[in-house]
Amino acid sequence: MLRYFLTRLAGAVPTLFIIVTIAFFLIRAAPGGPFDQEQTLPPEIMANLQSAYGLDQPILTQYGHYLGALLRGDFGPSFKYKDFSVTELIGQGFPVTLELGSVALALALILGVPIGTFAALHHNRTADYATMSLAVVGIAIPTFVVLPFLGLLFGIYLHWLPVAGWEPGSIRHLALPVVALALPPLSVIARLVRASMLEVLRCHFIRTAFAKGLPLRTVIWRHALRPALLPVASYLPPAVASIMTGSLVVESIAGLPGIGRYMVQGALNRDYTLVMGMVIIYSTLLIVMGLVVDLIYAWLDPRVRLDR
Amino acid sequence: MSTLFGDATRRLRANPAAMCATIVTLSIVALTLIGPWFNPNSSETLDWSHVASQPALQSAHWFGTDRLGRDLFARTLEGARVSLAVGLVASAVSLLVGIGYGAVAGYVGGRTDHVMMRGIEILSGLPLVFFIIFLTVIFGRSVYLLFLSIGAVGWLTMARIVRGQTLSIRQREFIEAAVASGAGTARIIAKHVIPNVIGPVVVYATLTVPQIIMFESFLSFLGLGIQEPHASLGALIAEGAGEMEAAPWMLLVPGGLLALLLLALNMLGDGLRDALDVKER
Repeated sequence: MLRYFLTRLAGAVPTLFIIVTIAFFLIRAAPGGPFDQEQTLPPEIMANLQSAYGLDQPILTQYGHYLGALLRGDFGPSFKYKDFSVTELIGQGFPVTLELGSVALALALILGVPIGTFAALHHNRTADYATMSLAVVGIAIPTFVVLPFLGLLFGIYLHWLPVAGWEPGSIRHLALPVVALALPPLSVIARLVRASMLEVLRCHFIRTAFAKGLPLRTVIWRHALRPALLPVASYLPPAVASIMTGSLVVESIAGLPGIGRYMVQGALNRDYTLVMGMVIIYSTLLIVMGLVVDLIYAWLDPRVRLDR
Repeated sequence: MSTLFGDATRRLRANPAAMCATIVTLSIVALTLIGPWFNPNSSETLDWSHVASQPALQSAHWFGTDRLGRDLFARTLEGARVSLAVGLVASAVSLLVGIGYGAVAGYVGGRTDHVMMRGIEILSGLPLVFFIIFLTVIFGRSVYLLFLSIGAVGWLTMARIVRGQTLSIRQREFIEAAVASGAGTARIIAKHVIPNVIGPVVVYATLTVPQIIMFESFLSFLGLGIQEPHASLGALIAEGAGEMEAAPWMLLVPGGLLALLLLALNMLGDGLRDALDVKER
C-alpha cells in the first residue's frame, strides 16, 4: 500500500511539471506586462523595473530560474502586491478557501448520500420524484445565482444571516457561502447514489441478506452502502474541481478573504508569479484528490488491490 | 433515422416534465427573438429620468432600469440571446471535434485508442477553467474566441460518447463488408461509422447546451466574457448582486431568467437522454 502510494506520488511529479511549463509559457504569451499602467512609464524606469524582476533576460533563462526557485519552495515575489511574496499571499488566503471548500464538500457528502439512498428506497414514488426534481434544480442553477438569491432572502428580507463579510471562526458568516457551494455536488452525489443503490439492491447478496431476516437498516448499512458508494468516490475529483471554480465567485460575492480572487485578478494584472502559484496549488490539490480516490476505492471494494 | 426520431418523440411526449421544459425553453427563445418588437426601449439608451427605477407595468420600463437608466428588460433579453447563441455554437464546435476524435479512437482501437482516451482523462483532470481564463486573457475578449474556447473544452465528454457508440457498431457486418471490399480506414470512418453514430450523439449534444450557457455566464460574471456596452446574463447578475439591497430587481430579473432557462434545458436534456437511452462508455 505504502509503496503504491509513493509510486503514484512520484508519477505525479511529471504531470505537475508539464502543467507548470504550459502555464508558464501561456501566461508569458499574453500581450502586456505586469508594469503596464494608464500612463506609460519613462523607458529608463521601465527598464529598471524589468531588470529588478529579471524580466529583461531571455525567457528560457527566466523559466530556468523560476523552476530552480520552485524546487527550493520559493514561489517568488508578487508583481502587483508590492512587498508581498506569493507564498505570503497564498498562505494568508488559503486557510479560508480550504475551510470553505472542505466544509462544503463534507456537507455535500453527509447530505447527498442519505438523500440518494432515501430516493432509491422509494423508487418511482412521490418521494423519489420530489428529491430528484430538487436535484435537477441544484445541478441546473449556478452558484453565482444561488448565493445572491439566498443572501437576498435570508440576509436582507429575513435578517437571519449576514449577506457578506468574514470573521475568523464565525459559522454564521460561512453558512450561506457553504450552502451555495455545496448545492451542485450535493445534487450530483444524491443522483449517483440513487442510481448505484438501485443497482446494488437488485443484487443476489442483498436478497440473501433480506432472506436471512436482517432488518432494512442493517442491510443498507452493512451490505448495500459500500458497493453503492463506488461512483461517488470517482466523482470526488470533479467535485473538488467544481467547488474550486465555485469558490472563485462565492468568495467575491460574499467578500471572503480567500485565494479565489487571485486567479482572475492575477491573470488580468499579468502578475505572473501569483498566477503560477495559484495554478500549482490547485493542480496539486487535484492530483492529491486523485490519489485519495484510489485509496477510498481499495477500502470500498475489496477486489481492488493497489500494491500489485 | 426516422424510427429513432419517432421513438424519441413518442417517449418524450409521455414525459410531462420534459414537455413542460420544452414549452418553457421555446417560450424563452421566442421571447428573446420577438420581445424587442414589443419593448419600446433599446438596451443601450440611457433614460436619466428613470435611474434604478422599480419594475412597474404602467411605466415605460416593465422590469425596471439599472444605475445608468438602461432598460432591464431589453438588457436581459439581449443577454439571454447571446447566451443561447454561445450555447448553440459552442455545442456545435464540441460536437464536431468530439465526433472526429471519438470515431477515430473507437474504430482504430488498440494502442491508438488507449493513448487517445488517456489524453482525454488527463485533460478532464486539469482545472480547465483556469486554462480558459488564460485563453481569454491572452487572446483578448472576443465573442468568437469565447465560442471556440468553450467548445474546445466541451468536446471531452462528447468524444467519450462517440467512442462508445463506435465500439458497438465496429463489429457489425456492414463494416466488415466495407473492409472486405477494400475501403480504407479514413473512408470507413467517414462513410460508415460517423453516419451511423450521429443520430443519438446530436441529441445528446442538447445536454451540453445548458452546461455551456452556465460556463459562459460564469465567465461573464467574472468580467471575462461579453463586454460592455453589450449585456450578458452573467455580467447583469454580477451587477445586480452588488445592488441587491437597494435594487433587488436588478438581481432577480436576469438571475431568474438564467435559472429558468438552465432548469428547462437540463430537464429537456434529461428527458431526451432517457428517451434515447444513450450510454456513456
